Amino acid sequence: METLNLLAAGPELILAAGAIILLMFGVFTKGESAAVTTLWLAVGVLVLAGIFAYAQTGDTEYAFGGVFVSDGVSRFANVFMFFGSAVVLILSRDYMIRAKSMLFEFPVLVLFAVLGMAMMVSSADLISLYVGLELQSLSLYVLAAFRRDSTRSTEAGLKYFVLGALSSGLLLYGSSFVYGYAGSTEFVAIAERLKDGDAGVGFLIGLALVIAGLAFKISAAPFHMWTPDVYEGAPTPITAFFATAPKVAASVLLVRVLYGAFGEVADHWWQIIWFLSAASMLVGGVAAIGQTDIKRLMAYSSIGHMGFAMLGLAAGTAKGAESVLIYLAIYLVMNIGVFAFILSMRRDGVHVTKIDDLAGLWKADGLSTFCLGVLMFSLAGIPPLAGFWAKFYVFQAAVDAGLIWLLIVAVAGTVISCFYYLRIVKIMVFDDPADAFDGPMLIENRLTLFGSAVLVFIFVVGGLGVPEMAAEAASVFAK
Amino acid sequence: MDAFLLEYLPILIFMGIAIALGLVFILAAAIAAPSNPDAEKVSAYECGFNAFDDARMKFDVRFYLVAILFIIFDLEAAFLFPWAASFGQIGMFGFWSMMVFLGVLTIGFIYEWRKGALDWE
Amino acid sequence: MIQVLAFYLFAVTAVIAGVMVVFSRNPVHSVLWLIFAFFSSAGLFVMMGAEFLAMLLMIVYVGAVAVLFLFVVMMLDVDFAELRGRVAEYLPIGLAIGLVMLMQLSFGFLAWQEVDAARPAETMARGVGNAHQLGEVIYTKYVYAFQASGLILLVAMIGAIVLTLRHREGVKKQSVMSQLYRDPKEAVVMRDVKPGGSL
Repeated sequence: METLNLLAAGPELILAAGAIILLMFGVFTKGESAAVTTLWLAVGVLVLAGIFAYAQTGDTEYAFGGVFVSDGVSRFANVFMFFGSAVVLILSRDYMIRAKSMLFEFPVLVLFAVLGMAMMVSSADLISLYVGLELQSLSLYVLAAFRRDSTRSTEAGLKYFVLGALSSGLLLYGSSFVYGYAGSTEFVAIAERLKDGDAGVGFLIGLALVIAGLAFKISAAPFHMWTPDVYEGAPTPITAFFATAPKVAASVLLVRVLYGAFGEVADHWWQIIWFLSAASMLVGGVAAIGQTDIKRLMAYSSIGHMGFAMLGLAAGTAKGAESVLIYLAIYLVMNIGVFAFILSMRRDGVHVTKIDDLAGLWKADGLSTFCLGVLMFSLAGIPPLAGFWAKFYVFQAAVDAGLIWLLIVAVAGTVISCFYYLRIVKIMVFDDPADAFDGPMLIENRLTLFGSAVLVFIFVVGGLGVPEMAAEAASVFAK
Repeated sequence: MDAFLLEYLPILIFMGIAIALGLVFILAAAIAAPSNPDAEKVSAYECGFNAFDDARMKFDVRFYLVAILFIIFDLEAAFLFPWAASFGQIGMFGFWSMMVFLGVLTIGFIYEWRKGALDWE
Repeated sequence: MIQVLAFYLFAVTAVIAGVMVVFSRNPVHSVLWLIFAFFSSAGLFVMMGAEFLAMLLMIVYVGAVAVLFLFVVMMLDVDFAELRGRVAEYLPIGLAIGLVMLMQLSFGFLAWQEVDAARPAETMARGVGNAHQLGEVIYTKYVYAFQASGLILLVAMIGAIVLTLRHREGVKKQSVMSQLYRDPKEAVVMRDVKPGGSL
């Protein structure tokens, strides 16, 4: 308690206090307009926390007696998660009002979920890892089932909950093994314990279970089964939320656990990550081809992208961690842009999500088509867009680590995934026009789509400082 | 360790007696009681007609809400117990730590109350 | 001697109860077996000197969670016999996963070596109770996890209400305040009713 160091946990405290105050604000005001006010206030809280996280500089700082760490990695992840979630919240306003689901609990639960994510990326102990993960997951289960009058939303929430609870169980079981054989729950102490002599079989069981539990959360194949159903069933803004910040949080958590706690036994875990990465890239590529629903497509796309992010992780070097961070940042920006468009796909007042609905969009809305096309090219990894550079950095890390076979799988995965991303572009540009979408796009959706396309475009100019930020952040893992 | 477990010996003996007595009653009934069942005797009792359907039917989801809220406050109470037991040692920090925890739960309680989750229609 | 006997009693009943949870045909029986399994585990906890955890298992799991399970089992309008009929479909994969878990467990068990730091806490040595010892660290050393669990409970509360609470229109509710504010002057009216007449 002498090292409480609350300032290091500033962003998290802002989020916690903000969420609680907004809960009280929401419950003492009535009506939809008050809920919208709550939403804007939640955006304000996220921006405030993001600015705080951005302003935090200096060395690695521990808080709450060593179970919470604020270092470059957590700040990097925090900044992207907070601003990304703020944008998703703004985008979801219109959809939630139309779906008659604009309750003040929605922004409050998003805040709690983001708080859980911030706690995950800052955890320096198995216990704080678990409580952060649970706070995030519990909020996300509720959010997935948020439209309770919709059977599909309820089903998505239930599926997510059951499988998520199973993965939490695996994680917890693995943690108990790790604790039993390493003698501590603190990452630093575990790493210290592993330094002298190799890990026993019991420890490796724990390691495998912990990785399996976390792989569920980032939906890496073969733990990806829930993803398409949940993405499809959940309300679209919440799918957009799922596809962005939680992925960043869980991946960064994986980096932290593998590099921080288990860094000394990298030769034991890299095979697991190798397999997860290869399987995710292939599953994400192959299974997406036959999809007709764009939300399902984005689900498989996210599985594939997690595979590529783990390619950098499998390298096991500080450079690998750096490339993962860059990849996640670019992935977040691209996905927000795509979902900004998906959220505005409405025909006769009904939200549509079929890929065929995009047919011939070029004639109706050239600028949006262009922006969406840029994002699709970027997701496919075509130079000189940001998605190419994201892949470039992880490939480079993998080359340095000599992961030749994994690279071959990655190239195959890229080629396969190009097919379905480009198919969307082809449908938009060359197919016979379907009926036009409703009205002009909302200004916030348009700006977000346009903004993310521009960011993806100009990333080639010095990377907008992101690689430098990531390199500085990942320097904590340099040996 | 042994001295500690010895304190639980009466409970073990009590459990043994309880199990033994339970078994004796069941077995005594099975051996000594007259029993000649027929189809009517063992069917579910409904007043004069055959049972319409399964006895299992949908409950109002409201019962579930009450049960969940009960569990949450039960857990909160579980946290209070060690706090009370070690109150002398943990000092002001421990005191305020619990006050913050209770504060958060009180926020939840206010939320529940205002939402009308505790009202019964 | 008694200690060993008690251990095997609890261990065997825990395993049997666990198996019966899975295999009993009636879901209500499953829940009752589950309660039995909790009970035996509580006995095992006591044997390990974790008496507070044992009592917690009784209060929270037996007292609340199992009751909730009963609610859910009764509330779900599901034909359990039909669900059970499909067990055979999933049996091979279930057995395969179970076998893998069993192998992992036995590897873990065989590889067991004592690590000083993970030894059971110096339980009874100081002559203070289990709850007391836990209390000394939960609120100070583990304050972060403690407060975080407070937030998790809050989210659970919000979630339960958001997902299940529905207000029906046109239902008469009890209004405690207006009942308390009633007084005889407005509630009771004295009328003089003449014999043979009406109001």
